[in-house]
Amino acid sequence: MRKALLPGLITIATLLLVVRIFYLQVVDETLKLESENNAIKKKYEYPERGYIYDRNGKLLVANQASYDIMVIPREVKKTDTLEFCQLLNITKEDFIKKIEKATVYSPRLPSVFLSQLNKNEFAAFQEKIRKYEGFYFQKRSLRDYEVNFGANIFGFITQVNEKLIEKNPYYNSGDLIGKQGVEQSYEDLLRGIKGVKYLQKDKHNREIGPYKAGKYDTIAVQGQDINLTIDAEIQKYGEELMINKRGGIVAIEPKSGEILALVTAPSYDPGILVGRQRSKNYTKLYRDSIAKPLYDRGLLAEYPPGSPFKILTGLVALQEGVIDYNTTVFCNRGFSYARGRFMGCHCHGGALQLHRGIFESCNSYFATAYMKTINKYAKPAYAVDVWSNHLKSFGLGQFMGYDLPIGKRGLVPTSKTYKRMYPNGGWRSTAIVSNAIGQGEVLMTPIQLANMMATVANEGYYYTPHIIKKIEGVPIESKFTTKHTTTIDKKFFKPIISGLFDVYNLGTARGLRVEGIEICGKTGTAENSTRIGGIKVKMEDHSIFVAFAPMNNPKIAIAVMVENGGYGATIAGPIASLMIEKYLRHKITRVDLEKRILATSLQGRYAKLGGLSETVKLQLKIADSLQKLKTGTPKKVPLTTDTIKEKKLASQSNEKPKYNK
Amino acid sequence: MKNQSITNNIDWISIIIYTVLVLLGWLNIYSSSLSSMQDTYEKQLIFILFTIPLIFIVVSVDGKFYEKYSSIIFIVALLSLAGLFLFGKTIAGQRCWYAIGSFTIQPSEFAKAATSLALAKFLSDSQINLKDPNRQIQALAIILLPVLLILPQPDPGSALIYSIFIIVLYREGLPSWYVWTGFITILLFVLTLVIEPIYVVLTALLVIVLVHYRSRLADRNVILSSILFVLITGFIFSVDYIFNNVFKQHHRDRFNILLGKAIDLKDSGYNTNQSKIAIGSGGWLGKGFLEGTQTKGGFVPEQHTDYIFTTVGEEWGFAGSLVVIALFAGLFLRIIYLAERQKTKFSRVYGYCVAGILFTHFFVNIAMVSGIFPTIGVPLPFFSYGGSGLWGFTILLFIFIKMDANKVNEW
Repeated sequence: MRKALLPGLITIATLLLVVRIFYLQVVDETLKLESENNAIKKKYEYPERGYIYDRNGKLLVANQASYDIMVIPREVKKTDTLEFCQLLNITKEDFIKKIEKATVYSPRLPSVFLSQLNKNEFAAFQEKIRKYEGFYFQKRSLRDYEVNFGANIFGFITQVNEKLIEKNPYYNSGDLIGKQGVEQSYEDLLRGIKGVKYLQKDKHNREIGPYKAGKYDTIAVQGQDINLTIDAEIQKYGEELMINKRGGIVAIEPKSGEILALVTAPSYDPGILVGRQRSKNYTKLYRDSIAKPLYDRGLLAEYPPGSPFKILTGLVALQEGVIDYNTTVFCNRGFSYARGRFMGCHCHGGALQLHRGIFESCNSYFATAYMKTINKYAKPAYAVDVWSNHLKSFGLGQFMGYDLPIGKRGLVPTSKTYKRMYPNGGWRSTAIVSNAIGQGEVLMTPIQLANMMATVANEGYYYTPHIIKKIEGVPIESKFTTKHTTTIDKKFFKPIISGLFDVYNLGTARGLRVEGIEICGKTGTAENSTRIGGIKVKMEDHSIFVAFAPMNNPKIAIAVMVENGGYGATIAGPIASLMIEKYLRHKITRVDLEKRILATSLQGRYAKLGGLSETVKLQLKIADSLQKLKTGTPKKVPLTTDTIKEKKLASQSNEKPKYNK
Repeated sequence: MKNQSITNNIDWISIIIYTVLVLLGWLNIYSSSLSSMQDTYEKQLIFILFTIPLIFIVVSVDGKFYEKYSSIIFIVALLSLAGLFLFGKTIAGQRCWYAIGSFTIQPSEFAKAATSLALAKFLSDSQINLKDPNRQIQALAIILLPVLLILPQPDPGSALIYSIFIIVLYREGLPSWYVWTGFITILLFVLTLVIEPIYVVLTALLVIVLVHYRSRLADRNVILSSILFVLITGFIFSVDYIFNNVFKQHHRDRFNILLGKAIDLKDSGYNTNQSKIAIGSGGWLGKGFLEGTQTKGGFVPEQHTDYIFTTVGEEWGFAGSLVVIALFAGLFLRIIYLAERQKTKFSRVYGYCVAGILFTHFFVNIAMVSGIFPTIGVPLPFFSYGGSGLWGFTILLFIFIKMDANKVNEW
C-alpha cells in the first residue's frame, strides 16, 4: 500500500492534467476565438470606387482624396506647437484638447486627430509632417460630384448598418456602402473588392509584421467605372425647369429603353452629402416630410394618370374591336353615362371620331369606348380582367424590373379589386367608367407613363427601362435587351399616333409646337385632394404631359408630372416640349417660354401643405447653385483644391442671405 | 575503470528522457524569445552546455561521497539560504538570489537536493522507526528547516514543494494519519475559501457527530471527538483570519480568481487568462513551431520561465502537450521503479525524494498554466529558462542516476 501512494498520485495527477489540457485545446472553442482577437489584426485596403459617366462619356461622379491626421499620443515629442497649429488652422486649446482625448482613448494606439481635410488644407501640412513625431496621415477616398444635379440617380455613400453586416459578411463595421440610386444598384461593381492583410499583433496591440508571411492576404480589386444612360444635358435642364415645383420627369429612348433623364423635384446638390457636413445635411433632407427631397417622384409617386390614359383606353377598345376609326360619338360637353350621372368634358363637343377624340381629349368619346369594351362580355368581371391584362402588357400595375433600387407597382384594377370594393357584386361598366379617363382606380408612376409613351412610339413593344449603359467589359443584362411586345396589334397604334400628333397641331397643346420637330403628345390633368388638419381639401390639379418625338423616328419619350401645376398644357406641357427640344437640338428657340417656366413657382400652392420655410430654403439653395452653373458647364477634370475651396465658399456665402428672405 | 562500470550500469532510459526534455525546453524557449528580442535562448544554450561538465562531475565522484557528506551538504545549503538575508539580491520583490557580477544564482534550487540527501541519510542511519514520535519530529525538522528559511524570502512556490516529503516519509513508515491530516487540511482550506467559514464548521460538526454515533460504543470517545472539533474549528477560523489579514491582496486575488470569485482580466487574472488562451488556441496539432500567434505577440507574461508550457500548448497542440506530459510521467515512474529496486535504504529514499520533487514541480506548474491552480511561481523542471533551476534539477537527478549505477558495486 505504502509503495503505491506516490505512483498512484502521479498517475491520477497526470490524467487530471491531460483531461484539463484536452478540455482547453479541443473542447473549449472560445479560447481559439480569443486568441484571434488577441493576436491577429485584419487590415483592409479599400479600392477606389468606380467613376460614373453619362451616356456621352461625361464624367458625373469621381472621387476625391481626403486626409485624416492621426496621432499616437505616446510618441508625440515636444515640438513647435504654434507652427503645428497654424499649419492645421486650429487653436492651441484645440490641440491640447484633442491630444488629451486621444490619450484617454489609448496612449499607444492611433486615434483620429483631425478628420477629412481636403487636399488644400493638407498640402501645407504634408511637407512638414515628418517633423512631428507621433503624427501621421491616413488617406481616404470620398465621392466627388462633378455636377450638382442627379442626386436621386446617384444615391449616396454611407456607413453600412449593423443589420447588413450580419446579413452580408463582406461588410465590416465602418465600411462604406452605396445607398439609393445607382450607388446601391451597382454597389458590387462600383465598390470593387477590398483587400485584406493579416497582421500579427503584440500584447500592446502594435503590429509586428505580417501573419504567416502574408499567406492569407488578398489584394484589393479596383471598382469598375460605369456609364449611365442618362444624358447629363437634359437631366440638368430638367432639374432647372422643375425648380420651385414638385413632381417628376422621366425621359426614355424608345428604341432601347434607356432612361435619358430621371428628374425629381425638389432635389438637392449631391455634394452636400459628402464630407464633414454629411450627417447634418442628411438629417435636414430626411426630416423634410412635406417636400420630401429624398423621395424620387419619378419612380415612386403613384398618381392617377388622367387624360394620357385615354391612349390606352383607345388602344384596348380598338384591339377588342368595339370601336374603329370611324366610330362616332356625340359629345354634349359631357357624357351622361347613367341616370343622373354625368361626366363633364372640355372638348368642343359635337360628333367626333377617334382622331378628334384624342387631340381634343374628349371624355365622352373614351368613356363610350371603355363602356363598350367592358360591355362586350357578359360578365363585367371577366371584361375587366381582359382589359387589365392588356394594360399589364404595357408594364403597368407591376414592378417594371428596372435597375434602380426603388419603385412602385402603380395600380391596374382587376375583377378582384372590384370584388373587394363591391363585396355584394352588382357592379357594371358604369361604376368603373372613371378608369376610361385615368381618374378611377388606375395609378401610374411617371416612369410608367414614360414607358407607355415609348411603347406607343415603338408601335407596340418596349424594352425594360434601365439606367446602365456600359460597364467596363461587362455586357448589360439580357433582361434589358429583351423586347416586350404588348397585346395590342401594331396596326392600331398608327391612328392613335396621328391623333397624338395633332394634339400639337390642333388640340390641347397647340401653343407648344416646336418648329421643325414633329412631336406627339397628350396633356393630362389629374384631380387630387389632400387632408389638411383632418379635413379633405381639394387641391389644384396635377399637371401631366406625355410625349414622344420625332413622330417618324422616335428618339425620346417623356412623361412630365407637376404636382398641383394645373392644366397639363400650362406647366407640364411646356416642360416636356422644352426637354424634347433640348435633347434633339441642344438649344432652345423659345426663350420666352423657357424664361416663364423657370420663373414659375408653385411654392405658394405648396404652402397650404405646410412645412414651407424649410422647403423654400432648400429649393432656393438648389436654384442658386443651378443658376450659377448655367454660366458654364461643369469641369470634366477631377476637382482641384481650388475648386473645392470655391465650392465651399460659394455654399457658405449663399446660405446666409437666404435665411433672411 | 570506474567510469566503465558506470556506463555499463547507467539507466539510459532516464537519461534519454532527460535529454529530450531539456532539448524540447530549449526549442520552446527559442520560440518564446523571438517576441521579447531577448537573448534568453542563447543564455539557456550556455546553461545547457554547462550541464555536461556538471553531470560528469556528479557521476564521477565516489559512490559513497553523497551518503558520507550528506550532513555537510545539508548544512552548507541551509547556510546559503540563511546567507540570503544578508547578501541576497532582491529581484521582483523576492530576495532569493546571489549576484556574482551579472550572473545570479538561486540557492533554493540546490537546497532541494541537499534536503533529500539529508532525509535519506537520516532515515537510513539506524533502525529508525517512524512510528516513534521523536523520530517523526526529527524527520519533520529536517524538512521544515529549509522551508522556514525559504518562506520569508518570500518564495511560497519553492516552499510548497517540500510538502511532498510527507509522502516519502509515509513510504518509509510514517503513520497514515499524517497523510489524512494533510488531505483534510487542504480540503478544509479550500472549502473555507470557497464558502462561508461558519458553514464549513457546521459541516465538520455534522460529520464528527455522525462518525461518533456510527462507531462502536466502545470506540466512542467524547473527549477525543470534542478536541477534534475544536481543532478543526480553530483551523477554519485561522485560515479565514490568515487569508483576510495576513495574505497580501495579490495573493488573495490569485485564489479568488481561481475559485471563480473574482474576474479580473487586466490584473491578476491576466496571466492565467492569457496562458489559457495560448494553450487553448493550439487545438489538436498546434500552430507549428515558431507560428504561435500568442507566443509571437508576447501575450503571456514570463513565458520563457514559469509559463513555458504555453508555448508547447500553442505551437505543438494537444499532441505535443501529451508527449511532454507523457515524458514527464514516464520519468517519474521510472525513477520510482529504480528507487524500489535499490539495495540501500539511503538510495531508495533519495530516489523517492527525486521523483516526488520533480513531480510536484511538474504538477503545480502545469496545473497553474492551465488554470486549475493558483498563480504560484514554480518552474517546469528541465524546460523553464534559468541556470539555477536547470542545474539544480540536473544535480538532483544525476546523483540518483549515479547511485543507481553504483548499486551492483555496493559493499
